Amino acid sequence: MSSQEIPEENLPAGQDTAHGAVMVADDPFADPGLPPHKPRIQDIDERAARRSERAVAFMFTLSMLATVGFIASYVIFPVDKIVYIWPFGRVSALNFALGWTLGLALFFIGAGAVHWARTLMSDVEIADERHPIAADAETKAKVMSDFAAGAAESGMGRRKLIRNTMFGALSLVPLSGIVLLRDMGPLPEKKLRTTMWTKGLQLINMNTHEPLRPEDVAVGSLTFAMPEGLSEHDHHFQTEIAKAALMIVRIQPEDIKDKRELEWSHEGIVAFSKICTHVGCPISLYEQQTHHVLCPCHQSTFDLSDGARVIFGPAGHALPQLRIGVNDKGFLEALGDFDEPVGPSFWERG
Amino acid sequence: MSTVTDTKKAPAGERVADWADGRLGIYTLAKANMRKIFPDHWSFMLGEICLYSFLIIILTGVYLTMFFHPSMNEVEYVGPYVPLQGQLMSEAFNSTMHISFEVRGGLLIRQIHHWAALIFLAGMFVHMMRVFFTGAFRKPREINWLFGFLLFFLGMFTGFTGYSLPDDLLSGTGVRFMQGAILSVPVIGTYLSMFLFGGEFPGGDFVARFYSAHILLLPGIMLGLVVAHLILVFFHKHTQFEGPGRTNKNVVGMPLLPVYMAKAGGFFFLVFGVIAVISAIASINPIWALGPYRPDQVSTGAQPDWYMGFAEGLIRVMPGWEINLWGHTLVLGVMIPLAIFPAVLAAIAVYPFIESWITGDKREHHIAQRPRNAPTRTGFGVAWITAYMIMLVGGGNDLWATHFHLSLNSITWFVRIFFFVGPVIAFIVTKRICLGLQRRDKEKVLHGRESGIIKRLPHGEFVEIHQPLSQGELHRLTAHEQYAAAELPPAVDENGVERKIGRIEKLRVKLNKGYYADDNQVAKPTVEEYKEIQSGHGHH
Repeated sequence: MSSQEIPEENLPAGQDTAHGAVMVADDPFADPGLPPHKPRIQDIDERAARRSERAVAFMFTLSMLATVGFIASYVIFPVDKIVYIWPFGRVSALNFALGWTLGLALFFIGAGAVHWARTLMSDVEIADERHPIAADAETKAKVMSDFAAGAAESGMGRRKLIRNTMFGALSLVPLSGIVLLRDMGPLPEKKLRTTMWTKGLQLINMNTHEPLRPEDVAVGSLTFAMPEGLSEHDHHFQTEIAKAALMIVRIQPEDIKDKRELEWSHEGIVAFSKICTHVGCPISLYEQQTHHVLCPCHQSTFDLSDGARVIFGPAGHALPQLRIGVNDKGFLEALGDFDEPVGPSFWERG
Repeated sequence: MSTVTDTKKAPAGERVADWADGRLGIYTLAKANMRKIFPDHWSFMLGEICLYSFLIIILTGVYLTMFFHPSMNEVEYVGPYVPLQGQLMSEAFNSTMHISFEVRGGLLIRQIHHWAALIFLAGMFVHMMRVFFTGAFRKPREINWLFGFLLFFLGMFTGFTGYSLPDDLLSGTGVRFMQGAILSVPVIGTYLSMFLFGGEFPGGDFVARFYSAHILLLPGIMLGLVVAHLILVFFHKHTQFEGPGRTNKNVVGMPLLPVYMAKAGGFFFLVFGVIAVISAIASINPIWALGPYRPDQVSTGAQPDWYMGFAEGLIRVMPGWEINLWGHTLVLGVMIPLAIFPAVLAAIAVYPFIESWITGDKREHHIAQRPRNAPTRTGFGVAWITAYMIMLVGGGNDLWATHFHLSLNSITWFVRIFFFVGPVIAFIVTKRICLGLQRRDKEKVLHGRESGIIKRLPHGEFVEIHQPLSQGELHRLTAHEQYAAAELPPAVDENGVERKIGRIEKLRVKLNKGYYADDNQVAKPTVEEYKEIQSGHGHH
């Protein structure tokens, strides 16, 4: 049974009581029709109406004054003037003055108009008839026959060759638009698998821009580093640092639980990707006692003493570790790139 | 109308109108619409808030485009804000700093733009709920419901692309989140990301691309949808609540000219005025405090704008599932939230079609229902909101943890469990409350209103006097429709032939019973019940 064949008795009785139906003595629930209009004070007392008129005019006048105030504020207050206003604190005088005057100028136009409508314009309720949305049978029949005539005259149905080739042409032509999108960006290739790090690049302290020595990394501190040769003025700085950012901590070697982690560290100094493996936020919170780091965006928590494995939160795998050592000048250096892609997972990651 | 034979010239206004009518046919339009009737109810104003905040966003947005540079070229900051002097930043950030500190009134317009966007989205959410809970989405308004839903959906992305434009530390983090989510799409994720960002994240293109989407593509579509939405509101005429004189075949209220012109026009100024004052006293998105975006930096307590909090919650509480097979990675921990986000929204979008299939009702409905009179739907609506709100809690789990001194891990687990359990509880509780309210209405109709007057009877008993309701009130409380629950036809027809009933139809009847059978609605009081009680003791 399709839903069109729903028996009528399952549908509620329609609400067809005509507007203003006469009260049926038998039916206490019958629609008594619109209640009679109750006059407002303004409808019967001209003095009250005058008061409303003055109130509306007063509000419109306030709006005018506020606009004058807006222009005056614009001229008077320097753009960099900061003032203390209780309870808002230190605010821009210009922004404060312009916002209030503009706000009041607008508000009082609205308040005046609404007050006018509510007190002085007629509040007699009017009933309008509704008409069915769907067309009547006659209109529908006319449209159907017009359409049939039009379709027949076009020959769409008879000349199939025209129809089919037209559909073919119309479906192919958007392809040009899609092809044009090709140069929106390069293909992924291996771009997400590699970073700037290679064997021999020194670890540069992000704050001091100096190469790091092992003794610069104290127990309990969290140091951020970038690869040697990368400068904030480089054209590709943002894109490179988005992958190469490093965090460095020192853990007592005996506290490092993961064998490979210990192998890839230098005297307990370990370097991990700073980019969260969840959706790529930089990790920035470090708990010294437990060696846990937390991503402040989505709270993925990693244990840096155990291969940076995930111990809580939505990240799917451990932070990649960078193998480090010390060069002959005594500075920390990378012993290669990360051995797996940094940052969020993707289909080709494997 | 003036003709050549007229001796007297018509007034100037009329002549202008004649001129326009000869070219645009405005008299025919005005005849149908100038005195169009709009019913009055406070909740009908929610849609207006959306419309007006949308207009405010467009007005202020045009102003902002005159100063904003959608470029990611790096420049050194030399403006008046001392803490950032000498810092490298994109031109986008730099020009936003310029708007905020050097253009007089620029900060105000920026703040109005952003506040209006928050209010626009919140307005749409509440307006949508109003339409949902009153059943105002039923035929003939299903398409307008979809238009409205699309506006909400596109509004979220217009908001997101908008707040990402200044290229500040907070919004850049949000863009990174989006990019990470895109990467999780199986097979084509990396391609989508490369094409969207013009290469690797962040690259130098996304601000310009978001800009064209934010100021042209998305608002262009939305403007079209808003116009279509309004045309349909005019065409269908507004719904109204039950009451004396109000039927499914009329619309009772005040005319467009003058009352609604003044009220609705005035309300635009009220909304604009309030948003301007908010923007004077409440700072929003202070990008100077956040600093320019760097992919290796982040601030704690990072939160998206509220309407993205639902997506944020999903991504935060999802366990980090990853499947590695045959050299490929299925990032379920990100993919599933990415799929649930549109799925939850789509669930509410398609609801009107599901309900009309269940009821099988193909008639027009112009009466807005009271939520209590549609308990199952109201239950679903509250369940949906519950799921949404729980995810908002999930999206701010760090703030809940720090502000209420709770364990972040417990909050996350709470959200994980209550995303599923909460809606079920909410559904059951809401349905109960609705049925209770229906019983209360029935009681009120049959026994009258509690007067608060206690009477002592001669034998010492105390009773409260109930006062009978007016006929208008009796009508209002009994005018709502009630469906009889659907029944499957007998297994064999009158000729003894086995009737084939599809599984889909069986499901429909089952759902229909869940809506309308026995305990799922309280039968309206009947005239007989009423008369019996009224003719009996007179009071209870």
